[in-house]
Amino acid sequence: MRRFDPQLAEIRFGYGLSPVVAPPRSTAAMLDGLVGPDTVADRFPIETFVQFRARMVAVEEQRDIRKKNRGTDLAAAARKRRNELNKEARVDMFGWLGQTMLRRVYTETAFRERLVAFWADHFTAMGKRGLVRRATSPYIEDAIRPFVTGRFEDLLQAAVMHPLMLDYLDQRLSIGPNSVRAEKRGRNKPGGLNENLAREVLELHTLGVGGPYSQSDVTELAELFTGLTFDARNGFKFRKDFIEPGTETVLGVAYPDAHNASQARAALNDLAAHPSTARHLAWKLAVHFVSDDPDPDLVDALEAQYLDTGGALMAVYETLLEHPAAWQTPSTNFKLPIDFVSSALRALAVPDTTFADQPEKAMRRMFAAPLIRMGQPWERPLGPDGWPEEDPEWITPQGIASRVSWAMSVPEQLVPALPDPRAFAQAALGGFADDTVRFAAAAAESKSEAIGIVLMSPAFQRR
Amino acid sequence: MASSVSRRDFLARAGIIGCSLAASPLVTPISLAATPWDTRLVVIILRGGMDGLDVVQPYGDPAYAKLRGRLAGGPETGSLDLDGYFALHPAMAPLMPMWQAGQLSFMHAVSTPYRDKRSHFDGQDLLEAGTATLDGTRDGWLNRMLQTVPGVTAQTAYSVGRSDMRLLRGAAEVANWAPDAELNVSSQAVRLMELVTESDPALHAALAEARVLSEMSPEMGGGGGGNHVQIAKFAAERLSEEARIAAFSLNGWDTHQNQDRFIGQALNRLAETLVTLRGKMRGNTWSKTAVIAMTEFGRTARQNGTRGTDHGTGGLMVLAGGAIRGGQVFGQWPGLGDGDLFQDRDLMPTGDVRAHTAWIMRGLAGLDRTTLETSVFPGLDMGADAGLLL
Repeated sequence: MRRFDPQLAEIRFGYGLSPVVAPPRSTAAMLDGLVGPDTVADRFPIETFVQFRARMVAVEEQRDIRKKNRGTDLAAAARKRRNELNKEARVDMFGWLGQTMLRRVYTETAFRERLVAFWADHFTAMGKRGLVRRATSPYIEDAIRPFVTGRFEDLLQAAVMHPLMLDYLDQRLSIGPNSVRAEKRGRNKPGGLNENLAREVLELHTLGVGGPYSQSDVTELAELFTGLTFDARNGFKFRKDFIEPGTETVLGVAYPDAHNASQARAALNDLAAHPSTARHLAWKLAVHFVSDDPDPDLVDALEAQYLDTGGALMAVYETLLEHPAAWQTPSTNFKLPIDFVSSALRALAVPDTTFADQPEKAMRRMFAAPLIRMGQPWERPLGPDGWPEEDPEWITPQGIASRVSWAMSVPEQLVPALPDPRAFAQAALGGFADDTVRFAAAAAESKSEAIGIVLMSPAFQRR
Repeated sequence: MASSVSRRDFLARAGIIGCSLAASPLVTPISLAATPWDTRLVVIILRGGMDGLDVVQPYGDPAYAKLRGRLAGGPETGSLDLDGYFALHPAMAPLMPMWQAGQLSFMHAVSTPYRDKRSHFDGQDLLEAGTATLDGTRDGWLNRMLQTVPGVTAQTAYSVGRSDMRLLRGAAEVANWAPDAELNVSSQAVRLMELVTESDPALHAALAEARVLSEMSPEMGGGGGGNHVQIAKFAAERLSEEARIAAFSLNGWDTHQNQDRFIGQALNRLAETLVTLRGKMRGNTWSKTAVIAMTEFGRTARQNGTRGTDHGTGGLMVLAGGAIRGGQVFGQWPGLGDGDLFQDRDLMPTGDVRAHTAWIMRGLAGLDRTTLETSVFPGLDMGADAGLLL
């Protein structure tokens, strides 16, 4: 019985095989890599959200100048400066896309990159308008990446209380209807609740939609969340004057009034410890890493480990990697477009300078536009539930046609010279290359088509 | 040059070229005579939960203005009066000629059987499954409809755009395509990819379909308009030919905050979509068309704290086309007063989206009631016909 396979480890739990990075030797090595230093993040840095906030402050300053000087040259200059700031952030966003890709190409702990992507999707957040639309990578850098090897409750708090999440799910301006703030605003400009974040925390982040919660739990949690907000200068902030007074009861637990975020944190910790959360997360991990229809015993084992360890994520990952189903399940999971592209870059071992001088236009042409056509626009999922996992969602004629176009035209723009197609088939697919792929790679009319054919093979696209 | 010819010869001798596509249902010649019916059905899924109370505004309801606060509309705020009780959101103004021509109507206060949890994702799954509960049904109601009629080909129904249309998932063959998709590589490469994917039926079929649809798709580039306009043009083109059904999505309805701004944008897209369909369908096809736009749920009757609305229950269907009995707001209005709301928060649903859809399919394609109530929408009671078709 197969309990570990270095090549499958790279394909199923990483971003595929690389001609320049050796696969892990054991599950222990995979886990050690996770707790070791995050060297690839240092090598390919991405701006943190704390740094990104300085951009937000700068844009707000320009806005204030415009407001105070309407119709003057000063306002026009401020407008121009704001547009420049927005453009800089847009250009930098493409830079972070490149850095994210290079981390996936050069990491020796590809499992970490996959976990970051998994949890970033679980806690999908994005800015809705203006400058913050570019802040997703910085959010992941601050709220997700440092927490993927800790306890789930800490990850939950970091993500849910992050300014980008508070903005995305409309928590920022949710005000208790009987709060000090609402009374001050008076009848003409009433404040009130917005239950978006509370609902998604229960439905998506913790219990799952099948969990034992009702509309009343949603409303009470929304009341408990009043006060969680942020501003550009300070980041997360608790506004006492937003608090809905009174005790809130969520899933039968009463949370008294507090003058800080402690009760919201307490509720998040209780939700993290809930058995429905354990089940929900166990199912999601098994589906994401192993199969759309995972071995029930694997899901049970993940759930039990989560409950036994109080949501210690490293212990849960160890259970995942030690379970026979992780290695014996046939490779059916279909790579989503971003992973398809990432693993193609890793198989090609694109140089670490590839994106250094790429103009925005080239990044759009090679990545942003093709990913839209493949159905997975960069950092823009349709909703807070992130990207669907089910394979049929992605194996559509229009999606496949767009993969073909990318696979046959973009690789040659990213490497100094395309590799020999037969050698590439071996490097990209390892022991999963079969005679048909080798034949087709050799029979194609051009190198670029041959590379594309290898990338379109089932052995490359499924894991 | 010579080498590529000889390579082709080799492939042909090896029996590798031309072994796969023959099996695809798509290359079966299309017989128009065999098409099971002549009317056209377009289903638009409005994802995110459209606020029906802001689209067709019940300004005549005495409780409306107070519940809605700053979102309250009506003729006095620039909305378009429909019948002295309901007014249409101003962003839908481009549709007034259609309303006046009797080609646009609305069904108010409707929902699926989905209640309480108010999840977009379960709500949409149920809307597209067409079942009473989320019971693990994997196919969609529009696909099951295709399964019940003879003469359906792989070109009868189109799922258009990038979004997965679960209502068309299932055993009946359906064409999936997006107006901006193309398969622009050599035929040699396509054949080799078909060879490489032969061991993977799903991938192989998608590739074969991409090849056929790419060849037969009209050049859609240019002409302007957003993605929704391109989708509508593509659907109109196919529906003017052998296609009888098209389904696609319009997003952007989840208006928790600053609804006045965001719903206007979404309604503009819906209006442009309907205007494009009407303008681009050739011959007399529009006169035989019913468009049904439906959403997973409506939104709260009250404005929330951030000038938006939260997830609700009763919602609105938008109906358009020459086959529709237009110029009316249908539905049994439940009222918005004390005790009228569902759970004291949402518009009370008084009709089932599925029942009205079933009556429309009965009228368009001649399906009998038993088939509709057992196969297409299992367990549904269609009730009385609201007379939505001419």
